[in-house]
Amino acid sequence: MSRLNEANTLLAKEIIGRYPKARSATIPLLHLSQQQNGYVTNEAIAHVAELVGATPAEVMGTATFYEMFKFQPVGKYLVNICGTMSCQLLGADELMHHAEQTLGVKAGGTTADGMFTLEHAECQAACTEAPNLQVNYRHCHRMTNESFDQLIDDLRAGRLDGDIPPHGTLARVRQTIPADKAAGVASPDAPVTPEWMPEATS
Amino acid sequence: MTTTEPTPDTEVEAPLPDPNAVQITINGRPHTARKGQLLIDAAADAGEYIPRFCYHERMTPVGKCRMCLVEADSGRGPAVTVSCMVPVSPDMKVETESPTTKRMQEGILELLLANHPLDCPVCDKGGECPLQDQAFSHGPGESRYIEEKRHYEKPIPISDLVLLDRERCILCDRCTRFADEVAGDPLIHFNSRGNNTHITTFPDEPFSSYFSGNTVQICPVGALTAKPYRFKARPWDLSQQESTCTTCSVGCRTVVQSSRDELLRYMGVDSDPVNHGWMCDRGRFNFEQVKSEQRVLQPLVRRGDELQPVSWNDALATAAGLIRDAIASGGANSVGIIGGARGSNEDAFAWARLGRDVIGTANLYAQMGDGMPAALLGESSATIDDAANATTIVLLGPDLKEELPVLHLRLRDAASKRRSRIIEFAPRESGLTPYAWKHVGYEPGHQAAAVQQTMAEADVAAQLAKGNVVIVVGRANLAESTAATIAAFNEVRAAAPGATVLNTFRRGNVVGALRMGMRPAEGGLDTRGMLQAAADGKIGCLVLLGADPLADFPDADLARRGMAGARSVIAVDTFLTASSQGADVVLAASAYAEKHGTHTNLEGRVTTLAREVTPAGSTRADWMIAAELALALGADLLFGTEAELTAMIADNVPGYDGVSVASAAGDGVLTPAATDLGTLDIPLPAVAERNAYDFRLVVSRVLYDQAVGTANSPSIAHLARPSVVHLHPLDLERVGTTDGNQVKVSSTRTSVRFTAVADASVRRGTAWVPFNQQGPDVAELIDCFAAVNDVRIETI
Amino acid sequence: MSSYPWAAGFIDDGDRPKIVTSRFSLDDGYTIERYHATGGYEGLKAALRRTPAEVHEEVKNATVLGRGGAGFPAGTKWGLMPPGKFPRYLVVNGDESEPGTYKDRLLMERDPHQLIEGCLIAAYAAGLSQVFLYIRGEMPLAHERVGMALNEAYAAGYIGRNILGTKFSVDIVLHWGAGAYVVGEETALIESLEGKRGEPRLKPPFFPAAIGLYGQPTIVNNVETLSNLPWIAVNGAAAYTAIGTATSPGTRMVAVSGHVNRPGVYEIVNGTTTFRDLFYGEEFCQGIRNGNELKAFVPGGGSAPWFTPDQLDLPFEGRLVGAAGSMLGSGAIMVMDHTTDIPKAALTLTHFYAAESCGQCTPCREGGTWLERVLQRVVDGRGSKADLDQLLEIGESICPGNFPHAASSKLGIEATPFPYKMTTICFVGPSAYAPVHSALTLFREEFEAKIVERKHIPVSVGAPDDHH
Ligand SMILES: Cc1cc2nc3c(=O)[nH]c(=O)nc-3n(C[C@H](O)[C@H](O)[C@H](O)COP(=O)(O)O)c2cc1C
Ligand code: SF4
Ligand code: FES
Repeated sequence: MSRLNEANTLLAKEIIGRYPKARSATIPLLHLSQQQNGYVTNEAIAHVAELVGATPAEVMGTATFYEMFKFQPVGKYLVNICGTMSCQLLGADELMHHAEQTLGVKAGGTTADGMFTLEHAECQAACTEAPNLQVNYRHCHRMTNESFDQLIDDLRAGRLDGDIPPHGTLARVRQTIPADKAAGVASPDAPVTPEWMPEATS
Repeated sequence: MTTTEPTPDTEVEAPLPDPNAVQITINGRPHTARKGQLLIDAAADAGEYIPRFCYHERMTPVGKCRMCLVEADSGRGPAVTVSCMVPVSPDMKVETESPTTKRMQEGILELLLANHPLDCPVCDKGGECPLQDQAFSHGPGESRYIEEKRHYEKPIPISDLVLLDRERCILCDRCTRFADEVAGDPLIHFNSRGNNTHITTFPDEPFSSYFSGNTVQICPVGALTAKPYRFKARPWDLSQQESTCTTCSVGCRTVVQSSRDELLRYMGVDSDPVNHGWMCDRGRFNFEQVKSEQRVLQPLVRRGDELQPVSWNDALATAAGLIRDAIASGGANSVGIIGGARGSNEDAFAWARLGRDVIGTANLYAQMGDGMPAALLGESSATIDDAANATTIVLLGPDLKEELPVLHLRLRDAASKRRSRIIEFAPRESGLTPYAWKHVGYEPGHQAAAVQQTMAEADVAAQLAKGNVVIVVGRANLAESTAATIAAFNEVRAAAPGATVLNTFRRGNVVGALRMGMRPAEGGLDTRGMLQAAADGKIGCLVLLGADPLADFPDADLARRGMAGARSVIAVDTFLTASSQGADVVLAASAYAEKHGTHTNLEGRVTTLAREVTPAGSTRADWMIAAELALALGADLLFGTEAELTAMIADNVPGYDGVSVASAAGDGVLTPAATDLGTLDIPLPAVAERNAYDFRLVVSRVLYDQAVGTANSPSIAHLARPSVVHLHPLDLERVGTTDGNQVKVSSTRTSVRFTAVADASVRRGTAWVPFNQQGPDVAELIDCFAAVNDVRIETI
Repeated sequence: MSSYPWAAGFIDDGDRPKIVTSRFSLDDGYTIERYHATGGYEGLKAALRRTPAEVHEEVKNATVLGRGGAGFPAGTKWGLMPPGKFPRYLVVNGDESEPGTYKDRLLMERDPHQLIEGCLIAAYAAGLSQVFLYIRGEMPLAHERVGMALNEAYAAGYIGRNILGTKFSVDIVLHWGAGAYVVGEETALIESLEGKRGEPRLKPPFFPAAIGLYGQPTIVNNVETLSNLPWIAVNGAAAYTAIGTATSPGTRMVAVSGHVNRPGVYEIVNGTTTFRDLFYGEEFCQGIRNGNELKAFVPGGGSAPWFTPDQLDLPFEGRLVGAAGSMLGSGAIMVMDHTTDIPKAALTLTHFYAAESCGQCTPCREGGTWLERVLQRVVDGRGSKADLDQLLEIGESICPGNFPHAASSKLGIEATPFPYKMTTICFVGPSAYAPVHSALTLFREEFEAKIVERKHIPVSVGAPDDHH
């Protein structure tokens, strides 16, 4: 179950095919496994290692470097409250305090119903709209205590299901490179001079 | 004007500018560095040691620890420069002691100490710790850091042999780089990020590398410790000497260390032509055998079915008696001497002299029927360096990772750094297969054909045409005669006439022993011949010189009949082995590190062996036993010390002239290939086609087996795996069984039950069984006279 | 879509030249239809009518300064690749995560085709055989919009084999990050793209242009940098340099956040617009909130040393700002009014860089956390005077010698200009120190005010007459 399922394994192989070296697909594949299981399991790491031709230790080394990969289950909704400068200047601390009250967990904790995991986050590239937070990495701007409570209600009631998929799912639109149109990977091991460059003719 | 014309004289005298010289200034003093040389090394040459933690001469620099920062001016003013990453440039001005440099060094050390525990008094590294030393030489000695330190669970095992204390780790990336770059086993890795970064293995996938011990040696702090050494001693009460590892024939340079006359540790020494400082774990940790409880500590003589302790005089008298009786009843040639590959050149020479000059037998041999014809030594013209720098390496031998691990590292390095292309011919995939440019699998018996075909391929021909080819040749399969391999070797020779050769004779000093004379004299027999003769009742006295035919000879039946058929057996040994248990006299021999001497590695390099501890019990060196046995037989071999022996070797053994303990120190002396070892034109026997239902047997050694050295070193003994038969998954299906089930394996000799395992690295139609493992003995199936051995495999 | 405005912040009034934000006010600016309707892919067509060398020359003449932070001219960078060595790669840096920075996300969400067209022009001009578009992981909407746009562009024949019937063939691969600020550093970006930990590589000796992705020549360009190329391909370098100044031509996107009345993302004329214009101008931020006093501001992203009102009249010009003791970096300006708790603000930034350290170099890994711990103590009122000097001592170990800072009329100190020395591989280490140094240099009294000198209470418990 926590290895990539058949459909995802196929997708994984397609993704690997886009890179000159399989190992480049490590992060996209880890995302894929997190989308499937909600978090990254050891079995998934071992499977990804198999697929990209690295050892599980290497893939785990990569996975643990990045904030977004979780290694234990988290809530359906990951609520990341930004605490970096611009947001902090405009009340991020108060917002976090309020969130802890409302959800009844401290930052880092998950609500008993498994709906929400609350986290302190760093700059979310929305500084002019402070204070910000993200729900499963979807931005919510200029938050107030009121709009926070509203947001939580909407999520609980499923009113935002159309906008915000469960944790693990990033983009719902994926790139597809049509085989008949693809230029093909440029492998360093089989160097070709680009056809349109003068070097190619000379 | 002719005056401007340089005269021939001035031309001769004019100093030639060295194109590789780069003039730099270090701390105001001019210095000539090499082009492309790293600043940190150039400074060292100039006598300025720049402190460092992550930098290691044998690995790619990463510039992470920042300890080696100096001020360097390449024309644009003094700049902070990472001396382990930046090469010298012309007229560079380097300051390793300027106030800025000093401040940086102090700063880095204080930061490193910030989270480093202050447990030096209980740390194995204490006293030989680069962090401790440099903290005093280049730093404040302590940190003003008063916050709480990082905490991790105290030492966690990362393999059977190595423990990791993450609190002590300074994240220098040495062990991880070694695992990835040198060993090719990237099983330890950085995890997490920033201040939480730490080293770890993947759950349930330990750092099970044959080379794990090296990480302990290169760790600049006490984070990595080796179980066999932990808490055993403090560096300051260790004494040490340089020596050579004799576990296999690579001959890695080492230091052997002891405390209070107890052997405690081997460490790799960086010998440029040989081991680059590395060792395999078997060689590193089998020092335990020397102090094993199981050692034979005094001579034994058989009384009824008991071996009883006796004085050396009685033992030698009895042994001499047995030899005299043998000569009296069957002539000198009814004495046979097997072995000598585990000792020093001096041991082997003394025994060869005793055998040939005193006893007068022609039957001596240092190999155990698991090697190659001695004549191959006559072809061996390449060094390890030659192979590691060849344009093309043709592999026609055993799995080097299992049999000659550090040679494997050298060739792996050559291939992975793209210096060399490897063309591998092998009956199954080896440790080098992933790095091979071409891997050609063959069915035993057909290697000559496989070579012929491959060499005809256009890209191969083109590759060989580039020249600089080294053939690495040896015994890949104990269940087949050497003839097919020699034929294949001659094919490679024909395809690459200019190629040089590196043999892979395996046992520690086998090359030395053969060249010292432990080989058949005119009309003499090799080991197989002696065992056969013994079985036929033609051997009156069989002398086992650290040899154990019952365990090591590939044909168990012949070994058994030979041992039984010999009227008497004299064993010179350090342990009671399967064979020496049955001897009439056991002469207790001193072990490695208990005697001085010289050693000859597979490339013919002579290096020194050090005596670091006094011989256990009343044991004596093999050469001394030979001398005394000679006296008991009424002859004087004319030497009384190792030194005299070494000199006698120099005077008598071709190629050894001028070799002395002094000249063999350090990287040693390279002796020329022996030319007096016979010819290689061995007729290729007809190889019967394999019956489609049978499997062709492939038997070879793996690093951890039941060899006495390993079996009597508790730390590594348990790493030997039980004996199983490996089949290709599809063949396993064909047999009608699945991984882990019992099967019956039958040859012309007998049937043996093995557990079958699925193994895709095994060629279809062949069955691979590792040799000399616990459990069922594959040697029972092998007929050593047959060109190949086929077996039937059935479910039970 | 929904009551939650996914991509707010862009403010468009006043009649300033618009080069990269021209479609931001359109709801469907991200679709290929709208893009076509508004002159989309004309730049690519124009480029393909000329030789790669000519296009490269055009970009060089436009001196498009890199918008990622280093401000190195794009055209010049392309020229640094070893001639004749192929394949070469383009890696698009869409990892935007420098504190205060908010522009690349808008460019990807609102006008992805413009970015794609920019990538194609760069690939054509510099002979880049494959493009990897590395988008920060925490930007799903950007992924979706760029992903859609890529699919549309492939269908329309703008990407892939024999683009628009020419010999020009290139794939653009959308790649996701997974949350690590340091990965924005170009060499870390490459490591990450190779599937490894995002640890910056040491440069020199090797720059990506020479040895980059898979050891091949690689151009790393920022999203905004590339988004300028379609306009340049259509209008020419001359039109571009006609805007702004000689040393800083064209426009720039800046995000002004913090204590201003109208925080927002603005496309401004490069080189001439001053900070005063930005903070107080009607078409910009319209003053400090509640008419408060300006206390300090960070001119170029969290790693930039701070400015005070003394520097208000500096124009948005790299060299001048560098000489004044800071940098423009990624066009992120954070404004602090007089109510701001300066030590706390510094702590927030130091915490960021300490938390984002990749951990490979000692000074950053150990020094960053140490700075944060000491600073935290001071902010919590548990600090001592010695702690303040300790902070500077730790800083000295990360950045030996004089650290840049602004001049201050109040304190009567001169500016120390850029650059600084550093003992680290990349700028994360020094960035953890920058805010501490600025705050301590310009507002030391605020730190001292937090230090409660505890008076020593004599032990009376157990004393002979024990009655109080
Ligand atoms: C710590 C660090 C973080 C960076 N983050 C980013 C980033 O998020 N986006 C970006 O475009 N450049 C970032 N840069 C700058 C890149 O290293 C690189 O200079 C830039 O992407 C080159 O593109 P340009 O020349 O078009 O600006 C960062 C640099 C450093 C040292
Ligand atoms: S300065 Fe920090 S982030 Fe940058 S390389 Fe060094 S440790 Fe990593
Ligand atoms: S030795 Fe140079 S950085 Fe570690």
